[in-house]
Amino acid sequence: MVKTDVKIGGLNLKNPVLTASGTFGYGLEFADFVDLEKLGGFIVKGTTLNAREGNPYPRSAETPQGMLNAVGLQNKGVDYFAQNIYPQLKNLDTNVIVNVSGACIEDYVVCAEKVAALDNIPAIELNISCPNVKQGGMAFGVQPKSAAEVVAAVRKAYPKTLIVKLSPNVTDITEIARAVEAAGADSVSLINTLLGMAIDAEKRRPVLSTITGGMSGPAVKPIALRMVWQVAKAVKIPVVGIGGITTGADAVEFLLAGATAIEVGTANFMNPAVTGEIVDYIENYLVRHGMNSIDELIGALEI
Amino acid sequence: MKKNLIDLTVKEVRKLNASCVLLVMTDDKPLPPCRPGQFAELRVDETPTVMLRRPISIHSYDAASNEIGFLVQVVGDGTRWLASLTEGSKVNVLFPLGNGFTLPVDNSRRLLLVGGGVGSAPLYALAQELRNSGCDFTILIGARSAKDIYRKTEFEALGRVEYTTEDGTLGEKGYVTNHTLLNEKFDYIYTCGPKPMMMAVARYAREKSIPCEASLENRMACGLGACLCCVEDTTSGHRCVCTDGPVFSIDELKW
Repeated sequence: MVKTDVKIGGLNLKNPVLTASGTFGYGLEFADFVDLEKLGGFIVKGTTLNAREGNPYPRSAETPQGMLNAVGLQNKGVDYFAQNIYPQLKNLDTNVIVNVSGACIEDYVVCAEKVAALDNIPAIELNISCPNVKQGGMAFGVQPKSAAEVVAAVRKAYPKTLIVKLSPNVTDITEIARAVEAAGADSVSLINTLLGMAIDAEKRRPVLSTITGGMSGPAVKPIALRMVWQVAKAVKIPVVGIGGITTGADAVEFLLAGATAIEVGTANFMNPAVTGEIVDYIENYLVRHGMNSIDELIGALEI
Repeated sequence: MKKNLIDLTVKEVRKLNASCVLLVMTDDKPLPPCRPGQFAELRVDETPTVMLRRPISIHSYDAASNEIGFLVQVVGDGTRWLASLTEGSKVNVLFPLGNGFTLPVDNSRRLLLVGGGVGSAPLYALAQELRNSGCDFTILIGARSAKDIYRKTEFEALGRVEYTTEDGTLGEKGYVTNHTLLNEKFDYIYTCGPKPMMMAVARYAREKSIPCEASLENRMACGLGACLCCVEDTTSGHRCVCTDGPVFSIDELKW
């Protein structure tokens, strides 16, 4: 039996496979295809203090080996989550992590406090990088100072594991990563979507109602991999790798680049059973390479 | 209803016209039960420009012969690959998805099924079901031209079918909402087709106070209610066409 468990702050994952917020619903939507307890954990959709309707349709556009989305954090608010969704998830033998977003620091803090009160939610992922909402979101995550401010405020109010999700839409992502590490983050996850755009040439109109949107999928993987590698060298806290992970081999590449865990996102739309397959692949990879522990793989890139 | 991910085998490919094919698929095991109006997400292989599955409505379903049929109209690279499949090909299919049409509780009501072009596809599965339960229904299909009317013989084998075409090559000339059939009295309407057509049908239904259900086809990614891309702005806010629909009562729609 090889050791596949990893630690992110105070969080113990039985394996490094998580799901990216907004691509796996509340997990239950995928229960026909994946044994949810087989995963290291899953990150539920972006949750805000108050309910949000999100952006108008159309909200998505397919691009070669990728897609743009502009959902805009549609969710029913943290109280709805606590009352209606949490009871269905709290007895699962896996880590259910809530992605928390807000329009101002106060909202982030109050939302995080409400999630902290849920005993079986061991961690939050702080979304300071959503490109699809006018206020807040990415606005916090693109400057080291504002990123540090929101993280410091939430850190004071939230005692459990705090993962901060970073935006790739910056000049130097390592600078933001170091700023949120200094502000008390237990981990950073990256990358959120890349700001992109699609145009319908025949209609001479943007495809998305919001004109621009967040790009994800296999096409962004090389960028994500590069940023994970840079950030893993720049900070001491564990890095969670996200961006175009579609196969088990993709996941191993992120671990080699220095990620302690990974999140599978858009690939869930292509193959709803993919996360379970990635768990198996990683275990087989370790056996195939004569490794006893996943610790031998993390950051083991040979240059 | 349990959702399944199965590699189905293409049993028959029938070219219906230059841009539309019927794919009949089967499996070694019994197919999972499907309801009229539900859909499937078909994985597109060997096509680098296509990443997402293609949502296609269930056109026909027959538990006895263990067959499920899809009408595929070529609109891009994904549907082009699907239309190029041959007998014996395997396709990874995620199904059944969505809610499906509300079936009548008894057969006392006169039902009208209004389809437009390839949008008439799921009405065939509905008509199969209605016929099996002895319901009184009439089908009205509209299209640009006679060549855009699909599965004419098969629809007619199930019951009364009327047509409108914009060029007058089949049935009455004009749009479905101008057909003389609408002078008759109906108790319930099901519609699927281009949005402007469904909106016109919904207007007619409202004027006559006839309950009406419309099947939507918003652009979709996961098909499972997770990505929230395919939302329709309804009277109760943004709702997923893939899981809360694709069939909505027109009372829920803001058309």
